[in-house]
Amino acid sequence: MEFSSPPPPSRRRFLSRLSVVLSAAIGAVATVPVVGFLLSPLAHKGPRVWRSVGPVDRFKVGETVNVVFEDASPLPWAGVTARSAAWLRRDDVERFTAFTVHCTHLGCPVRWVADAQLFLCPCHGGVYYRDGTVSAGPPPRTLPQYPVRVRHGLVEILTSPIPIA
Amino acid sequence: MLRRFLAWLDDRSGLLTASQHALEHPVPPRTGWWYVFGSATLIAFMLQVATGIALASAYVPSSGQAYDSLRFITEQAMLGRFLRGMHYFGASAMVLLIGIHVSRTYLMAAYKYPRELNWLTGAVLLLLTLALAFTGQLLRWDQNAVWSVIVGAAQAGRAPIIGNEVARFILAGDTIGGATLSRFFAFHVFFIPALVFAFIGLHLALVLRHGISERPTKGEHVDPATYRERYAGLLRREGVPFWPDAAWRDVVFGAAVVATIVVLALIVGPPALGKPPDPSILEAYPRPDWYFLWYFALLALAPHSLENFIIVAGPLVFGAVLLLLPLMNRGPRSVRERPLAAVLVVFIWTTILTFWVAGVRADWSPNFEVAPLPASVVGSTDSTVVAGARLFREKGCEFCHAIEGHGGKRGPDLSDVRSRMAPDQLAARITNGSINMPAYARTLTPAQVNTLVAFLSTRGSGSAQPR
Repeated sequence: MEFSSPPPPSRRRFLSRLSVVLSAAIGAVATVPVVGFLLSPLAHKGPRVWRSVGPVDRFKVGETVNVVFEDASPLPWAGVTARSAAWLRRDDVERFTAFTVHCTHLGCPVRWVADAQLFLCPCHGGVYYRDGTVSAGPPPRTLPQYPVRVRHGLVEILTSPIPIA
Repeated sequence: MLRRFLAWLDDRSGLLTASQHALEHPVPPRTGWWYVFGSATLIAFMLQVATGIALASAYVPSSGQAYDSLRFITEQAMLGRFLRGMHYFGASAMVLLIGIHVSRTYLMAAYKYPRELNWLTGAVLLLLTLALAFTGQLLRWDQNAVWSVIVGAAQAGRAPIIGNEVARFILAGDTIGGATLSRFFAFHVFFIPALVFAFIGLHLALVLRHGISERPTKGEHVDPATYRERYAGLLRREGVPFWPDAAWRDVVFGAAVVATIVVLALIVGPPALGKPPDPSILEAYPRPDWYFLWYFALLALAPHSLENFIIVAGPLVFGAVLLLLPLMNRGPRSVRERPLAAVLVVFIWTTILTFWVAGVRADWSPNFEVAPLPASVVGSTDSTVVAGARLFREKGCEFCHAIEGHGGKRGPDLSDVRSRMAPDQLAARITNGSINMPAYARTLTPAQVNTLVAFLSTRGSGSAQPR
């Protein structure tokens, strides 16, 4: 009985290289789209839209109140997480200022304390003056503002990303 | 009959011989109770897998519905409350036990030759455990979880160059929303556990390959040229089979851990659900679960100038130390010859414990719930003093300063302030503020400052004797 001769070394080398390359290709097919999918929030910036937070008359001059609006393009299953909030102040008859609710220290929700005319953060005790500048504690930056405008008698806030350093 | 079946099974699979080999492999004598923490961590993890599967079968990983499904699991589903409790206390046990295990292996220098890879795979398991703990806390999708995601993203945002991208990756977009939770769910339930399984397999294979490290002896130093031979000799002379000579302690301790988890789950129960995950509800006190509370405290108490360094470099340095430690793979193992190792372990545990206690108290948070000072504390009918006491509450002083037990703890207690500060000093401090106190010149009129000073100057029994 005769055995076939072993394959020549060059053929063996080719087959092993072929197998390594094909295995790597299989691995790439299994991982690259997955990584791309997970990183997709980085690829496209979300849209920004103007959201009405109520008629102008609802706000008293000089007062700072909490307003709630919906994110720019909420997913159908977002539920209450589609909401965002801002601190809105009517500066005078025409002008409004909208502050983010996120402390510049670590993003916690600041509260407006009207009597003291201060924003206070419950996490690490950051404090801001009424114009948003830092008055005490760890916050590194002034409280950012959202773009705000008046259209057709409605106060509108431009939806914006959570301000991150 | 059974014996014949088992013999057949072993012949075809080889499983019984292999596991008998693993179970009865010789281990050094006198390993004792110090060696039980690794296996106990593993037992806690298996418990997490089991209870996690049960919870995942009812949990809805959608930003809009997770909260309701958690309420259903806790309040209506049979055994739901118990399983949530088991999963919470199992997680707590896992974090605690892996912390003790890593401290033990470091103190006994079990990471030295030839077990460097045992240490490295263990270090990865420690990081994965912390990742599970963080993502797991978020899946309890209430108000606190939402703010924890935001705080996590804000911390990531401090990193140079890539900070914003990492933050967007964590939030899954510009803000919290429908995409945020399902990603954390996938990581917590599939990705990280898969890695944990892989690294546990590797970790155990390495333990079998190199054997359990013997108890360190003073004067015996690790030398790669001689260690293996010496270890083999020790096993030949005094080795005992792992099962049951050493394993019984693992089982007894593991059973005690499980019993503790069950009792806590039954008596204490799972952490209560907070308010709904609505980012527009601003009455929030975001707090991490206990295992990260010390870090929360560190960020409150660290000097503000060091903060970026702590947030960004801290985790990197921690990871680098873990990964580089096995480079020192020879020399003494006994802690008596490595006093610095003992000092370091005690220092780390003391630091964590101290900050943890500070985190529980969280004195730095303004207390928004304070009631106006009662008349008995004001203790005067003088109209200026009474008006000053009212300003003390209205202008937010009381959020941070206590007087006779009423008020926050962020700033100094003012019950006896007149013995420390003269009226003009008080007025200057109120007007100018300090690093952690607003300068009230912008919100108080000079008359109001004087009224406040008049009130504060009545605080204290001693005569006004300012320094």
